[in-house]
Amino acid sequence: MPQPRAIAIFRRMTTAGLASEELSLTVNGEPRTVARGSTVADLLDELQLDPREVVVEHNGEIIRHRLAGPDGPLSHRLLSAGDTLEIVHFVGGG
Amino acid sequence: MSAVATPARGTAEIAAWDSPLTIAGRELRSRLMVGTGKYASPVLMAQAIEASGAEVVTVAVRRVPLNRADEQGILHYLDPHVHLLLANTAGCFTVDEAVRYARLARAAGFNDWVKLEVIGDAETLLPDPFGTVEATRILVADGFRVLAYTNDDVVTALRLEDAGAVAVMPLASPIGSGLGLLNPFAVRTIKARLSVPVIVDAGVGTASDACLTMEQGVDGVLMNTGIAQASDPVRMAAAMRAGVDAGRLAYLAGRMPRKEIAIPSSPLAGMLG
Repeated sequence: MPQPRAIAIFRRMTTAGLASEELSLTVNGEPRTVARGSTVADLLDELQLDPREVVVEHNGEIIRHRLAGPDGPLSHRLLSAGDTLEIVHFVGGG
Repeated sequence: MSAVATPARGTAEIAAWDSPLTIAGRELRSRLMVGTGKYASPVLMAQAIEASGAEVVTVAVRRVPLNRADEQGILHYLDPHVHLLLANTAGCFTVDEAVRYARLARAAGFNDWVKLEVIGDAETLLPDPFGTVEATRILVADGFRVLAYTNDDVVTALRLEDAGAVAVMPLASPIGSGLGLLNPFAVRTIKARLSVPVIVDAGVGTASDACLTMEQGVDGVLMNTGIAQASDPVRMAAAMRAGVDAGRLAYLAGRMPRKEIAIPSSPLAGMLG
């Protein structure tokens, strides 16, 4: 299986100048743009969130990602225009 | 608030008088379970949890605030190896919502326990028994250990047990009300009829409420606001711990019968002539 980061770089190269380099997403109910070819891991990185402390639901599907890091499922998830993401964590509650 | 030194552990010896509470095969250190909401600060929360002696600690699942991502999450103050993090589905009004929140919580990877709440009415926060039973079935089939928050109705409690709940959690009174145990008879009835542990959840306002609740013979008590909203939450946590222990021991000891007549404790014989 090709490395997702390699795919991401390839896509960035091939789409540069041909189409918008930005993708529009909805993250936690708010509009947001990311670079074409970004993965969920890239998005978390951009948001300065520690993958070990959050859970991500991507288009309604929960990513089980206890294995954070470059080989974890978050790095294999490419984002597409129109994607909806929910990023949650634990807060105080009864 | 005056400084609270290391709390006296006068109740530590309760282990010699009682057997531990076991839920879904897991032996727990304490019959008191506590929430983590509504504290003035996370440090105060951590101190109160420590003083409570609770092992099971509830947390909620919410969106990460994207504009202040540097804020430390609750896991910076709670060690999942010391406490059993019991995620709730608080705020969920439908079966689908509750199931979604439970699955998100499980994906965090700590355990497969969930405190299931399906709320039926926004004003009273009373549970929806139909939705709670249905969500219990779905989550149990999906491998969850469901601790189901419910009202104090024995029929609903029996249905939840049938649906596979590992513990049933009837309320003492509405969430956050601090009204104490409103229907001791109903809670005793549930305890008498169920095989799974019965944990009274919600409404306990002070240590005497905790004590009275445990005196009914239930297996444990879960509370949040009663500790978090006390003027001194750390002291109140210690008081709740003592109240739970006292109530448990009194239940095991078996109280004397009530008699509406005075009977002297000192002998009548031997009085001076």
